[in-house]
Amino acid sequence: MVLKKAYVETTDRMLRTLELSFINEEDAKAFRFIPGQFCELSVLGKGEAPFGIASSPTENGSLKFTINKAGVLTTALHHLEEGSEVGIRGPLGNAYPIDLFKGKNVLVIGGGFAFTTLRSLIVYLLHPENRNKVKDITVIYGARMPGLLLYKEELAEWEKRKDLKLVVTVDWGDKDWKGKVGLVPNVLEEVGPASENTYAVICGPPIMIKFTFPKLMTLQFPNERIYTSLEKRMKCGIGKCGRCNIGHLYVCKDGPVFSYAQLEKLPKDY
Amino acid sequence: MKLKLDKKDLKPFLQSLMDEYNLFAPAQLAEGVYVFRKIDHPDEVDLSCSNTQKPAKEVFFPQSETMFRYEKAGKQHQVTSAEEVERKRVILGARPCDIQAVSLLDEVFLGKEYTDSYYINKRNATTIIGMACGQPLSTCFCSSTGGSPFLRKGSDLFFIDLGESFLVELLTEKGKSFQKNKFFKEAKPEEISLAKAIEEKAVQKTDASVPIEGIEKRLDLMGESLFWDRVHEICMGCRVCTYLCPTCHCFDIVDEGEHQQGQRVRNWDSCLSPLYSLETSGHNPRPSCRERTRQRLMHKFSYFPTNFNKVACVGCGRCILYCPVHFDIRKAILWTSSKRPKEFDGGMI
Repeated sequence: MVLKKAYVETTDRMLRTLELSFINEEDAKAFRFIPGQFCELSVLGKGEAPFGIASSPTENGSLKFTINKAGVLTTALHHLEEGSEVGIRGPLGNAYPIDLFKGKNVLVIGGGFAFTTLRSLIVYLLHPENRNKVKDITVIYGARMPGLLLYKEELAEWEKRKDLKLVVTVDWGDKDWKGKVGLVPNVLEEVGPASENTYAVICGPPIMIKFTFPKLMTLQFPNERIYTSLEKRMKCGIGKCGRCNIGHLYVCKDGPVFSYAQLEKLPKDY
Repeated sequence: MKLKLDKKDLKPFLQSLMDEYNLFAPAQLAEGVYVFRKIDHPDEVDLSCSNTQKPAKEVFFPQSETMFRYEKAGKQHQVTSAEEVERKRVILGARPCDIQAVSLLDEVFLGKEYTDSYYINKRNATTIIGMACGQPLSTCFCSSTGGSPFLRKGSDLFFIDLGESFLVELLTEKGKSFQKNKFFKEAKPEEISLAKAIEEKAVQKTDASVPIEGIEKRLDLMGESLFWDRVHEICMGCRVCTYLCPTCHCFDIVDEGEHQQGQRVRNWDSCLSPLYSLETSGHNPRPSCRERTRQRLMHKFSYFPTNFNKVACVGCGRCILYCPVHFDIRKAILWTSSKRPKEFDGGMI
């Protein structure tokens, strides 16, 4: 693929969204994905790693990936110039169970820069063709600081919408911050969404996921209606290289999306 | 009709194989160190070892393997895949445990959803000449894991060492294509009965008492057991057991070279390494040797059986033989069972 456009998301300049477009028309046509899936991106000579797809299949044109500058490959991805080549394998993994959401309320809980595939899901659900397939959409999204929130322009647009309830929170506010201050699990408790007829979808750092599950239990969400997207160190992405297993399941091919009903039967290796 | 190959004909036979195939066979790498490697001259083949240090899986799944090469040509890179196998292959002298292990690797690399062409191409291009294990070691327990020192399954041809000659059995279509090989002669009845006697003795000698049956269910109940503390207190995490295991199949993928030119390579990796599961953020889902040793044993005896209905251990005993701290997987299996000796309760393993 080719890097069409790249822009910085956060004030610490550690998160950058890359918009990639296919070199061959046939590849672009053949590439079909569902929100929640991921791809292996590579820069030759630097390596390959998995990244969740941040764009929605309803957005035509390019694929978006929001990438944290953390290691050798992500640094290389950050330094790419427009027009550079990027290797891609995918789409990989399962996806958010959007068919199950039909006729239900959807509660989206995101933390930090794990919000990427949740953005894909929200944009997908808000698309005119899909919006009436689900009932209420509630989004709770938290970051450490206001400057670390992703997709700020879109958040502002969603804020104005009447068909979506958005609650944005930060761990530490600053002088300009007028929104909520508090950790995501606590804000979830405060917002207290009804569990009836509702699916919860969580994606965030492991520590946030760990503290969010019990809050959802308190809110009477059954295990079968809680979904989370997990990350693990990954290489092949197709269940061969071994490293991303949680019990007998592999995050790459059996996940990354799991229900809590599945996870509670597995060792806590995530 | 049973056939035989006289040992005086072995070298010309090997040469005839090499004329048609790439031959992989045990060779002595250093004193006492035997591995399977591509043979360039029949003299290199050394069938005197009881079993090679490194398993025969290397022929299908090399320790280090190029996946593709790349070179910048103009604005874009030219990528050349290395998945094709150039010449037919024959592997000679693989033991039944290693061959049984290949059938387990098949489950992984053939896969239900995705196949691994690097492995499959080598697998399809290879004829396997198995070698009966006439003298199993005290660490061998293949008879406990559904195998046997004379298990023919998986071999195309099967050799039994009779001293002066090998008894030769042709088992599959690939094997039967050797029917008219000029070096194979008709075996005498006394040679056939000698082979039977060797087989009976070897089978008797192999430990069949390790309680594998039902281990998957037993381990599932032991997620947080003190047992894992005991295992990891012994293990120093050197990873030799995983590298020498014929069923371990974990690998890492890295780029070697520069942006202009280089190759993507996959290398054996080990779940006992702290780096194996360490994420860039610093989070490690298996932070100590306790979780890592549990992963190794649970993968072999619980997760793999859940996915493929077979344990991922063939009882070759390499992990026992080469462990620097004498961790014995048979005792670990015994610990999980009702046959557990009393002294284990005091913390022994």
